[in-house]
Amino acid sequence: MPQFNSDPEAFRGEIREWLQQNCPAPLLVPRIGDLQIVWGGAKFVFKNPHQKEWLARAAEAGLTAPEWPREFGGGGLSRAQAKVLSQEMRNLKIPPPLIGFGLTMIGPTLLQYGNEAQKLQHLPGICQGQVRWCQGYSEPGAGSDLASLQCRAEVSGNDYIVNGAKIWTSNADEADWIFALVRTDPQAKKQEGISFLLVDMETPGVSVSPIKLISGSSPFCETHFENVRVPRSNVVGKVNGGWTVAKALLNHERSMIADTFGVGGGLPRRSMADFAREYLPCDEDGMIEDPVMCDRIAQFEMDARAFGLTLQRSRDAARAGQQPGPESSMFKVYGTELNQRRHELMLRIAGPQALGWQGPGFSSEELSLTRAWLRSRGNSIEGGTSEVQRNVIAKRVLALPD
Amino acid sequence: MSLALTEEQEFIARTAADFVAQKSPLSRVRELRDSGDELGWSRALYKEMAELGWLGIATPEALGGAGMGFAELALIMEELGRTLAPEPLLSCVLMGGQALQLAAQSGTEADLQRAEVWLPKICAGEAVIALAHQEESNRYELDECDTSFRVESGGHFILDGKKIQVLDGHKPDAFIVSAENEDGELSLFWMPADSGNFSTQRQFRVDCRSAAILELNGVRLPPDAMLGKPGLGGELLEQVMLRATTGLCAEMLGGMQQAFHLTLEHLRSREQFGVLIGSFQALKHRAANIFIEIELARSAVRAAAHALDTLSGEDPELAKLVSLAKARCSEGYLLASNEGVQMFGGVGMTDEYDIGLYLKRARAAELSFGDAAHHRERWAELSGY
Ligand SMILES: Cc1cc2nc3c(=O)[nH]c(=O)nc-3n(C[C@H](O)[C@H](O)[C@H](O)COP(=O)(O)OP(=O)(O)OC[C@H]3O[C@@H](n4cnc5c(N)ncnc54)[C@H](O)[C@@H]3O)c2cc1C
Repeated sequence: MPQFNSDPEAFRGEIREWLQQNCPAPLLVPRIGDLQIVWGGAKFVFKNPHQKEWLARAAEAGLTAPEWPREFGGGGLSRAQAKVLSQEMRNLKIPPPLIGFGLTMIGPTLLQYGNEAQKLQHLPGICQGQVRWCQGYSEPGAGSDLASLQCRAEVSGNDYIVNGAKIWTSNADEADWIFALVRTDPQAKKQEGISFLLVDMETPGVSVSPIKLISGSSPFCETHFENVRVPRSNVVGKVNGGWTVAKALLNHERSMIADTFGVGGGLPRRSMADFAREYLPCDEDGMIEDPVMCDRIAQFEMDARAFGLTLQRSRDAARAGQQPGPESSMFKVYGTELNQRRHELMLRIAGPQALGWQGPGFSSEELSLTRAWLRSRGNSIEGGTSEVQRNVIAKRVLALPD
Repeated sequence: MSLALTEEQEFIARTAADFVAQKSPLSRVRELRDSGDELGWSRALYKEMAELGWLGIATPEALGGAGMGFAELALIMEELGRTLAPEPLLSCVLMGGQALQLAAQSGTEADLQRAEVWLPKICAGEAVIALAHQEESNRYELDECDTSFRVESGGHFILDGKKIQVLDGHKPDAFIVSAENEDGELSLFWMPADSGNFSTQRQFRVDCRSAAILELNGVRLPPDAMLGKPGLGGELLEQVMLRATTGLCAEMLGGMQQAFHLTLEHLRSREQFGVLIGSFQALKHRAANIFIEIELARSAVRAAAHALDTLSGEDPELAKLVSLAKARCSEGYLLASNEGVQMFGGVGMTDEYDIGLYLKRARAAELSFGDAAHHRERWAELSGY
């Protein structure tokens, strides 16, 4: 494992050199859509050998989870170093070696609420991309009103017996483990009888059936539990105290969503103007001729910039040791709606070329753009809908009455 | 560059907030308006602001200021904007004063001397300098100017033309006037109040900001009246307006917050159908949207103010951030005040309630120094598309 300088600016030079030496050159091409994302897990098929090599090298250096402690497979970097790392990756157009619920959701939650044994059991596998996780929160009858969930776990010796159904479980068919909310005390009030349980997807009685989406793919599933036996030691946090853990995880989820869809993380992107120049008439200086399109592009880019600055402001405040301000509650709403607008604008720019579903006459980029647009409609639903987020802002930040 | 406030900046903001709360309530603006006050603002209070060091906060110590920056000045403008304080910080400190300050950095010996005489007076609240660049036909284009200048034998300048909505321009100690020569070269001129051959007429704007028409009928100015080097006046004006626009944005940020604050208080206290109207989700979600707009505006204003302190004037990134701030603040302030009037209901339409004052200021500020569409166009141009 390389040793890096703890001073952020000295670190910048070191990490840049390390990145240039270790990230395989064929990966340095900006792309649209999520075809190139490395999710990891036992069932994951790499699209090319470079991805595999990049993941192995990054994991070895602890850079898949830069800020996690080294003993659990992380890089042990400071917040400031991690920021430099992501800046340098963006500058060099280097894709993240690994993405997934393990790194962004269950990992940070285990660091916060897991016991030593749980951390040692799960975190290294996440960092190395060996174990992929999925999220079992929603049920057919419990969406926005998550606390009304019914999936139940009953004690039997050293185990729980889990019965019930989860729905919209993204990538359950590809995942190795699931973190699920289960009812452990049916008598208690809604929020108080819930526990946060880790379940191996290979356990007998777990079954998944994929659901086809408007984008044509089937990234999410219905997950059934039928007399599934799970060790009691797999509860994270307190028994019947799962709601607290669940909410902490939702915070990680929302900041992840804001990150990937707003600016910052995710795959390196081409500028909207460069994209537009491929489709729209321009003069010899590359100025787009249609003033209405220009205005739309500027509107989008400026909104994206203001959002990026707000994310930065929030991080700067956190680094200066200040409490995260109320601004952080807007990231989920605005970041996801911005991502939807990004896709809509790209469709309008591409015009009829954005209408492809498959087959001839459309480039693979165009086909994936169309599907990415359809997928983006879910951004304002998943992880708590925009309406629910606005309710939260009104209540918690603006102190408006119930 | 960090967008979080330092402890010192937080202290400045808190001090300004306390001062504004005690000494500059909104009722003062009403009194000045209703009494038809000749000046439209208070010299005594302006002097107090000077004593707190506010007027010179972004001016070098050598020129009578505190040598801090625009990040700090923006915090003060934000607080003053909360109660629509009418003192001439925007016109005199950010427009007139910055024109002198910038000219002194790059100009001639005469510019330096002028700055050494006048900036300490501006910082002390003892002089008001108005910048006259707005005309009937140039809207937001800084490089368009119908006012003309020509050079007489002996090097004197002769100015002719008409300026409108010169902020705090009815009784200043001096004007800085933009004018063009035959070759279309724009310059700024120092025109003391005792120059002859001009007249002013007070204008009354919807937002109570003092303004005036300035008519120039062959004003004769000495050879050292030109600010900066010949031919570079357009660039100078551009730089001045980046600063002024950022200052205006900070003021707008304060105003939209206060308008929103009043609205939230109303939502938490007015009852209909036996419940507080703030419990209606239709209103809650709109309030959440205003909140988001304000947070985005805050980030943009802070980034623009920081950029003024850290980037060179020619860096397109600076101009882009200023345009971002103005576009956001224009839309954010309008949203907060339009929605505010709507959520107040009937009383929102009365002169007695304060929300209407914010509606007027929001519109006036939007249509000053370029509206959102103007700044989007600028952003696109600066970005090369
Ligand atoms: C792409 C995608 C991936 C997902 N992945 C996962 C996953 O991996 N794991 C998982 O557990 N879940 C996942 N979900 C489920 C997601 O969390 C739920 O869809 C979401 O919480 C909404 O619940 P619902 O679908 O039951 O809609 P409902 O709650 O029925 O909402 C329907 C509509 O009513 C509105 N509404 C509901 N309550 C209120 C209220 N109080 N005020 C105002 N409006 C309200 C909603 O905003 C929405 O517009 C995913 C969803 C999507 C779209």
